[in-house]
Amino acid sequence: MSSAAHTSSETSQDLLLSLAGVTKRFGPLVANDAIDLTVHKGEIVALLGENGAGKTTLMNILFGHYVADEGTVTVAGRDGDLEQLEPGAPQAALDAGIGMVHQHFTLAENLTGLDNIVLGTEPIFRLRRDRSTARAKLGELMAGSGLNVDLDQPVHKLTVGEKQRVEILKALYRDARLLVLDEPTAVLTPQEADSLFAILRKLAATGLAVIIIAHKLAEVLAVSHRIAVLRGGAKVGEMKTSDANHKSIAELMVGREVPASRRTPREAGKPVITLADVIIDRGDSRRSLHGVNVTAREGEILGIAGVSGNGQAALAQLIAGLDKPDSGTVEIFGETITKFDAHTFAQNGIARIPEDRHHDGMVGSMTVAENIAIEDVRSPEYQKLGFLDFDAIRTRAEHAIADYDVRCPGPDAPARLLSGGNIQKLILARVLEKSPKLILANQPSRGLDVGAQSEVHRRLLEARQGGAAVILISEDLDELLTISDQIAVIHAGHITPAMPTDSIDRSELGLMMAGQKAAPHAPDGTTTTKPGETA
Amino acid sequence: MEIIDILLAASFWEAAIRIATPLIFGVLGALICERAGVLNLGIEGIFTAGAMAGWMAVWLGAGLWGGVLVAALAGGFFGLIHAILTVPLGLSQHVSGIGVTLLATSLSYFTYRTALPDVSSPPRIEPFRPLDIPFLSDLPFIGQALFSQTAMTMLALVLVFVTGWVLYRTPLGLAIRAVGDNPSSVEAQGLSVYGLRIGAVVVGSSLMALGGAFLTMSAFDAFFFGMINGRGWVCIALTVFASWRPGKALIGALLFGAFDAFQVRLQTEVGAFLPSQVFLMMPYILSIIALIVVARKADYPKALLVPWFKGQR
Repeated sequence: MSSAAHTSSETSQDLLLSLAGVTKRFGPLVANDAIDLTVHKGEIVALLGENGAGKTTLMNILFGHYVADEGTVTVAGRDGDLEQLEPGAPQAALDAGIGMVHQHFTLAENLTGLDNIVLGTEPIFRLRRDRSTARAKLGELMAGSGLNVDLDQPVHKLTVGEKQRVEILKALYRDARLLVLDEPTAVLTPQEADSLFAILRKLAATGLAVIIIAHKLAEVLAVSHRIAVLRGGAKVGEMKTSDANHKSIAELMVGREVPASRRTPREAGKPVITLADVIIDRGDSRRSLHGVNVTAREGEILGIAGVSGNGQAALAQLIAGLDKPDSGTVEIFGETITKFDAHTFAQNGIARIPEDRHHDGMVGSMTVAENIAIEDVRSPEYQKLGFLDFDAIRTRAEHAIADYDVRCPGPDAPARLLSGGNIQKLILARVLEKSPKLILANQPSRGLDVGAQSEVHRRLLEARQGGAAVILISEDLDELLTISDQIAVIHAGHITPAMPTDSIDRSELGLMMAGQKAAPHAPDGTTTTKPGETA
Repeated sequence: MEIIDILLAASFWEAAIRIATPLIFGVLGALICERAGVLNLGIEGIFTAGAMAGWMAVWLGAGLWGGVLVAALAGGFFGLIHAILTVPLGLSQHVSGIGVTLLATSLSYFTYRTALPDVSSPPRIEPFRPLDIPFLSDLPFIGQALFSQTAMTMLALVLVFVTGWVLYRTPLGLAIRAVGDNPSSVEAQGLSVYGLRIGAVVVGSSLMALGGAFLTMSAFDAFFFGMINGRGWVCIALTVFASWRPGKALIGALLFGAFDAFQVRLQTEVGAFLPSQVFLMMPYILSIIALIVVARKADYPKALLVPWFKGQR
């Protein structure tokens, strides 16, 4: 089906969108440099590039949020004739049938899905609303595409995946012929991502053109027909997906060879933290742990694999000292902990890379330098006569910026100006410079591009080599299998015993994450996930 | 017992509804503004301006409904000032609102004093009269309590229904509820965030001004200083109590009116052993208690107080 659509899209009368020589400058910065891009009916095009490569600028030009300095945007009208799209007019883009699904959803959470979709599509000054016509049309769209969602639920009650479906329906309801999705999988679980891709393929088969802005290569290879790669504002490559391979695209995106992360064998040392029969019951299975046993050892990366929302948050809170167990014990270097607060844990050499780096990892309105010093303001190193020693803080920040290649205007720039990847580098600098004994890394590379991701992995492996214990909470199987020494699976608040990575089969791991398979060969019967207990 | 007698008297409910009327206008106005994401603390001053402008128009010969129109226009004018400062300019809604209250109150007093420099007692107008609706007004109990009110009270009650209909049954109401929750959702669908918010604040402020006009043109027959006496602030609290819903706004306003009517009667019945101030405090204390109970679970419009700028995500 998709291959048929793909073949027919080669003919020029199916051309839907054509960008020619699009150039956009912001002062001395060339954000888009003479970019050509075409999209045909029924085609899924992946637009790849690292953060700052110019993907978003290009899409903002397409949507009329920016006006290109040079070049043209032409769209096939509904009658098939190519017409130039009026520059700088978002309404013109909407009218031409271009629909956008932003990474941050534009939904009113207090309204139902139906209300969000219908909003703005009927004349505003009318005494009544006509919901039955809308319902009929949406029923057809949902049946044809598989975008099933309860339209009468207020949006705040929907899952992230369902919200995304509402967003897509919003565009389709307006008869979109080209759908642009910005990082659509960044917020989805692997299962939700798979179902999204199935839907997109189905929609493409009916003639919808799709542009996916992405940086996760595996996904792009699975779903797209064609790949265009941007780097530094210019298009550096374009190929059929069938001709592409993982390594070549990664190099095109980054512009240099991406070093494959590789573990060197190393003996694990003594246990740093040991959780024994820990129970945390918060009613909600997402935030509870049901009798878990976890041990992290020096010089070892322990991967905790699982679909998010299975108790990872409870585990992370506990290890950071932000929560205390209802029963069970926590030992750090053999000492049983009685005082559960973040300061005690930090004193014991535990450092964390939080899951939500924007909210829990930094303070946006404070400077880069302040954010680097923020966890250590009590240390004498940053104090002079009881006041903060800003010179010392700035010097440290300058070193961190250089050592960790944090791209920012300088130590005094507000941290909110940094991109996601650079914020993560800033957090790595803060965490690793303290030579921690244990690093709690919660989804450390989620949403990062290839280059930044490999940097995170390199740093974690380096810390492991230096003797630190690492607990890596992740749902990215590639990441887990590449850098962990041992992997345990978390599901519904239960954690399996750790298994050596080399003995693990990828598909079995996936099944265990979905709760459909118990851990194999539990060494002494201490397995905590029992079949049938995981509902 | 005396208390039961008070509660069963038609005159008690007549008074409760009368006292509630300006609050109904005020809460409806405040909730329209807040549903669109704009807190309007100009309400106390807009009440004063409405009271002053409506009364003066009638005194100058505009006729009663002419006075109502002038009051609404005056309210809309001050609402527009607040809207321009807080919506496209994105200034602090608290600061702008209090500024509008000070400005509107002072301008009203100034106008009054300039127009009437030498009077010691304020001139009176012929206010709205209680309605005498054939049949309905003659019904026992409800005829006196409800159908012998003035036309402005009837207008307030009709506006509760109209506001509810607009908010929940029309495309415009849908857009207003959306813009108060996530303005980007409105922009992404091709509607104007600024247009919706400014419109809501202007219309809401006009309703607030009618609450003031009721005082000078229906409850009393003259304008005097300090007559609003915190009614605007009560409306802001009642809006939270009402969870931003017109039906509950009516209940909240009636509850307050009932407390107030009750304390007056209680004073005369059993007031000998307590100072009268205690009774005057009663409706406010009861409102605070009711508010604490309800407001803990209050589900504020999420974009309330948050300025929004074009091109921002």
